Amino acid sequence: MNSFTLTQATAADEAVRDLTSHDGAAYLGGGTNLVDLMKYNLERPTHLTSLGLLPLTDITSLPDGGLRLGALATNADTAWHPEVEKRYPLLSQTILAGATPQLRNVATNGGNLNQRTRCYYFYDLATPCNKREPGTGCSALTGPNRVCGVLGTSESCIATQPSDMCVALAALEAVVRVQGPDGERTIQFDDYHRLPGDHPEKDNTLKPGELVVSIDLPEEGYADHFTYLKLRDRSSYAFALVSVAVGLKMSGNTIEKARFALGGVAHKPWRDQEAEKMLEGQTASPDLFRQVAAKVFAEAKGYGEGSLHNSFKIELGKRAIVRALKQATEMSQVVNPNVFLNSNP
Amino acid sequence: MSLQFIQEPLDKATPHVVPAQAVTLNVNGEDHTIQIAPWTSLLDALREYMDLTGTKKGCDHGQCGACTVLVDGKRINSCLALATVYQGKKIQTIEGLGTEDNLSPLQQAFVDHDAFQCGYCTPGQICSAQGLINEGRCKTEDEVREHMSGNLCRCGAYTNILSAVMEVLHDGDVVVDNGVLITVPVASTKASSVE
Amino acid sequence: MSQTIATPPTVRLDSDVIGKPINRTDGPAKVSGAAKYAAEFGVTGPLWYGYIVSSPVAKGKITKIHADEVLAIPGVQQVFSHENVPSFAWFDRAYKDDVAPGGSPFRPLHEPEIMFNQQPVALVVAETFELARYAASVLRIEYDVEKHNTDLDSVIGEAFDAPKGKTGFVPPPKPKGDMNKAFAEAPHKVAGEYIHRAQHHNPMEMFATTVDWLGDGKKMKIYDKTQGAPNVQQYIAKIFGLSTNEARVISKFTGGGFGSGLRPQYQVFLAVMAALELEHSVRVVMTRTQMFSFGHRPHTLQKLRIASDDQGHIQALEHKALAETSQFENATETVVNWTGILYNSPNTNFDYQLSKIDVYTPLDMRAPGAATGNFASESAIDEMSYKAGKDPLDFRLLNYTYSDPTENKPFTSKRLDDCYHEGAARFGWDQRNPEPRSMRDEKGMLVGWGVAAGCWDASMQKAAAKAVLSADGHLTVNSATNDQGAGTYVIMTQMAAQTLGLPMKQVTFNLGDTNMPAAPVQGGSWTANSVGAAVKDACQEVGKKLLKLAQKMDDSPLAGADFEDVQFVDGHIRANEDITRSVAIEDILAASGEEKIEADGKAGPNPINQLKYSMHSHNAVFVEVKVDEDLGTIHVTRVVNAVAAGRIMNPKTARSQVLGGTVWGLSMAMMEETYLNNELGRYMNHNYAEYHIPVNADIHKIDVIFVEEEDDIASPIGVKGVGEIGMLGVAAAIANAVYHATGKRVRELPLTSDKLL
Repeated sequence: MNSFTLTQATAADEAVRDLTSHDGAAYLGGGTNLVDLMKYNLERPTHLTSLGLLPLTDITSLPDGGLRLGALATNADTAWHPEVEKRYPLLSQTILAGATPQLRNVATNGGNLNQRTRCYYFYDLATPCNKREPGTGCSALTGPNRVCGVLGTSESCIATQPSDMCVALAALEAVVRVQGPDGERTIQFDDYHRLPGDHPEKDNTLKPGELVVSIDLPEEGYADHFTYLKLRDRSSYAFALVSVAVGLKMSGNTIEKARFALGGVAHKPWRDQEAEKMLEGQTASPDLFRQVAAKVFAEAKGYGEGSLHNSFKIELGKRAIVRALKQATEMSQVVNPNVFLNSNP
Repeated sequence: MSLQFIQEPLDKATPHVVPAQAVTLNVNGEDHTIQIAPWTSLLDALREYMDLTGTKKGCDHGQCGACTVLVDGKRINSCLALATVYQGKKIQTIEGLGTEDNLSPLQQAFVDHDAFQCGYCTPGQICSAQGLINEGRCKTEDEVREHMSGNLCRCGAYTNILSAVMEVLHDGDVVVDNGVLITVPVASTKASSVE
Repeated sequence: MSQTIATPPTVRLDSDVIGKPINRTDGPAKVSGAAKYAAEFGVTGPLWYGYIVSSPVAKGKITKIHADEVLAIPGVQQVFSHENVPSFAWFDRAYKDDVAPGGSPFRPLHEPEIMFNQQPVALVVAETFELARYAASVLRIEYDVEKHNTDLDSVIGEAFDAPKGKTGFVPPPKPKGDMNKAFAEAPHKVAGEYIHRAQHHNPMEMFATTVDWLGDGKKMKIYDKTQGAPNVQQYIAKIFGLSTNEARVISKFTGGGFGSGLRPQYQVFLAVMAALELEHSVRVVMTRTQMFSFGHRPHTLQKLRIASDDQGHIQALEHKALAETSQFENATETVVNWTGILYNSPNTNFDYQLSKIDVYTPLDMRAPGAATGNFASESAIDEMSYKAGKDPLDFRLLNYTYSDPTENKPFTSKRLDDCYHEGAARFGWDQRNPEPRSMRDEKGMLVGWGVAAGCWDASMQKAAAKAVLSADGHLTVNSATNDQGAGTYVIMTQMAAQTLGLPMKQVTFNLGDTNMPAAPVQGGSWTANSVGAAVKDACQEVGKKLLKLAQKMDDSPLAGADFEDVQFVDGHIRANEDITRSVAIEDILAASGEEKIEADGKAGPNPINQLKYSMHSHNAVFVEVKVDEDLGTIHVTRVVNAVAAGRIMNPKTARSQVLGGTVWGLSMAMMEETYLNNELGRYMNHNYAEYHIPVNADIHKIDVIFVEEEDDIASPIGVKGVGEIGMLGVAAAIANAVYHATGKRVRELPLTSDKLL
């Protein structure tokens, strides 16, 4: 970890000013990812603008019926907020499926959006990695890459975005409010994270100095038909191999509206709007779900066989979609937001 | 044929490191003023600057939970916390929960259930369990298992940890069916239960 | 065969403490944070911190170290590397520790050559931890890189028979009969190849050394994380030419070892070297990433062939293994022998070979060799049982052996049959539908039940202890043994209390200090047996002195009694024949006027017994899994682990050992695997986030059964040890249960979901 100075800002505009007035500065939220990255020398800010005192921890209802999640509300406070539990149980459960109580108690909503990939090579300075050092190459293309993606990858990078929460936010079509040197703007969730292309070093579409101030949820929370299915290498405290967040509006056995997103398979929470449309107006059935799953993975590319390599995620991902859609339509599984198993048949 | 590789740091060495400043942390009800720079983690502040070594370093990256402490009653990983931003908060460590001669109910339950072996993850487990109790969200065995999963135990004492936490969580009213111990005496092929 | 535990002078009474589920005496210190581990001891004067720099390449040579840039940072004290480390001992032999395998041990910072990835190449010492860490991160080092090879598959053709050289290694048993012919002619047969890759010990405490520079010549207190302070002391003393008085090694608490602390690791070399050079107290702690740099359970390829006759009797049994080792040492494990010890076959063939790759030398890891071989052989035995049309448990009972077929010797004791019966009864094995894919739970999940057996050595090492009974009646016993979590503190306290008939609270057992009588490294499940016998011997010697003093008292009721004629109970010495003839120990002490009574004790293996008998612990493991077939997920919902390991000193801590072993077996079966990138020659998941070990949510119900054995041949105190045995059988029983649930036989660990898709 390199040496740095630190300022504790008390307001968003002050934070933006502080950050932009220092070279090599970074925002410090809960620190659960940034401090980790700094200890590995992957991030080397010379100044930190600490956001801990900013009044952005509230969760409030919006006039349009939506809900505003303060960027500095912790993941735990968000997951266990009564309005979130009642109206957006998908979000609540998804947050609780990620990390640990200790991390969720500190990690902030804004920070969750900006956490960086867990690709082994990104995390190891001894190895080439285009995301960490553009132009050095991608070690994951041929090496062990169980943790890496199969959708929307490029020859420069096959890393995945590791967040659980973001998968639900993608399905919920959240809107991210940011404040920067040029004032406020909003970013649709689908546009927040980006695919690697030729610039895997860029995770998202934030401009320099911009700070996430809130995440706004639309009114529809799919509280009657939802699921978050997370498949991982142990029962808890592991990143997703594949995860699926689903929100449905049903009328009888007919799907009126469908939104779903995948985690663990791409550089961003993966949504396929054409696949969502395939579900709408249709009667829920295993065949339909299989067709949808096939559509989502039609363009997928695996990088090697065997358990150290990730081609298995294509088949696993399809099965996960089928299972998640089944669970969301039937809502038959016992819903206990405090317990997650790898699968809830 | 050989190839050259330079272990080239991404930054040059700079002789200007940020100087230490006085930082006051409230730990176990007492103010401690130490001289640290912003780069000191709460974990290192406790262990290296205050001699509060009950809080353990198992990975230093938020991947094991051994460094768990309570801040304003909530469990956190102290390894990922920069000490300087924790001024003004109430920090509680294992040393603040009870002492060797005056164990807290959780500490006593961990001893009684043999909920540890090497003992290195134990302070973190106990602080985490105290945090779980403070949260008031978990009651069942499955819930406790899930919400104690932020603390690795390489010795594999998990079933006993569950028993200890459940006992304190339910004031001794719940006995966990979590595996029994049977001994078959030398002279017999009949089982008799010891516990 | 005589199978009684010597009774006098210790008789079993209600007040006995051996065999009782007593809380750990070190428990309160551990749960309150008072227990001090290696990186936690204070020192005289200020403390400096060393941070280790590791090589980013697997093979090559350092051409330049730009130490000057780093030394310019105020507060940085020194950068140590091969360029400036003084020549201490240059001979290989000095670096050989007690448990080193054959070959040439790694000498840290000795030369510019790089032999394995993450090899330590420099130590940066600074006034604070943070500064040392920073300075290490900006140290520029130049390498000439050479082509490495870390791919075991590519050097199968270069395999050689594993040489002798390491303590405890037993070469494969000699072949019997005609394996190929018997296999060809048998009606039922199986053949399979089994694989697991490297696994790393990953104890919770990272390797650490604090050297307290005492400012008196070269005298140091070296607080080290190790499984054996004496082994570290002799290593340090030989390398640096120090006396044992100068290099005192202390290890009061060890935050897990599982074999990783058997050999002195490089941080202790670096810390001591820096302290000597700088004449200053120094602390060096590895990072979690560096915990993947110094030894592991080796990647091993195995082949098994088994055949049986129509009745299910094994006719042919072959087990071959090929394991990796480093370029500089031949790490050997006993892998295939266990298969021959568990089952009788008229025709056998065993083979164990090594191949060299550019990694660090593998290092014994919990149940070394046995865990490896046991997964393969107990999977193959299971497969054989189906082929022979037998229930897997019946098949094992049918091929049960009452003597050790590999050495044609009787066992000192073996109650594996009772383990099978008791375990099966507890598990409800008789409710099992033998057909694969035939059982489902109420939610429709496939249910599988599997069984497997295991065995491990009951061995004994030389050990010593000292007992001191002070005038106030408090007994203190010391031995330089270790407690990495095994329960050594409490069981040795029990042994001492029992031997002299004192209450537990009147006894203190200390360990982990080279100023104490020597004891072996804690490993191989031999501590309870070896140190326990030494503690008993020391206490008995104190007892003999007490008896003599008692007999000097006026009108002594014990006049004329021999030591064998008395017993030590409830703080009294009393006659076996007439327990009213009794003297309180405190009265003896008062009457004698002695300040203290002390005695040394020792114990060691009995070579005659070793020649005549085979000494082993055994277990039988029953497992239930539930499999979600669509998603490939497996949950281990129930385990019964029945263990026969002689006498159980403390069922509470022994049960914990077996619980831990079970979790280790589950971990090996389900998730543990270090990912090696052969292009980079580097382990890639070198952290706790991606090297998976179980969390609480992975572990469900585990029943432990101890089938006790009387065995005064394997051990003078009847103990076989339980550190390793609990792990055996578990991985195979899980794989066998997965087969029963799904009809899929997975021969490659771990059983990740992708393997069932």
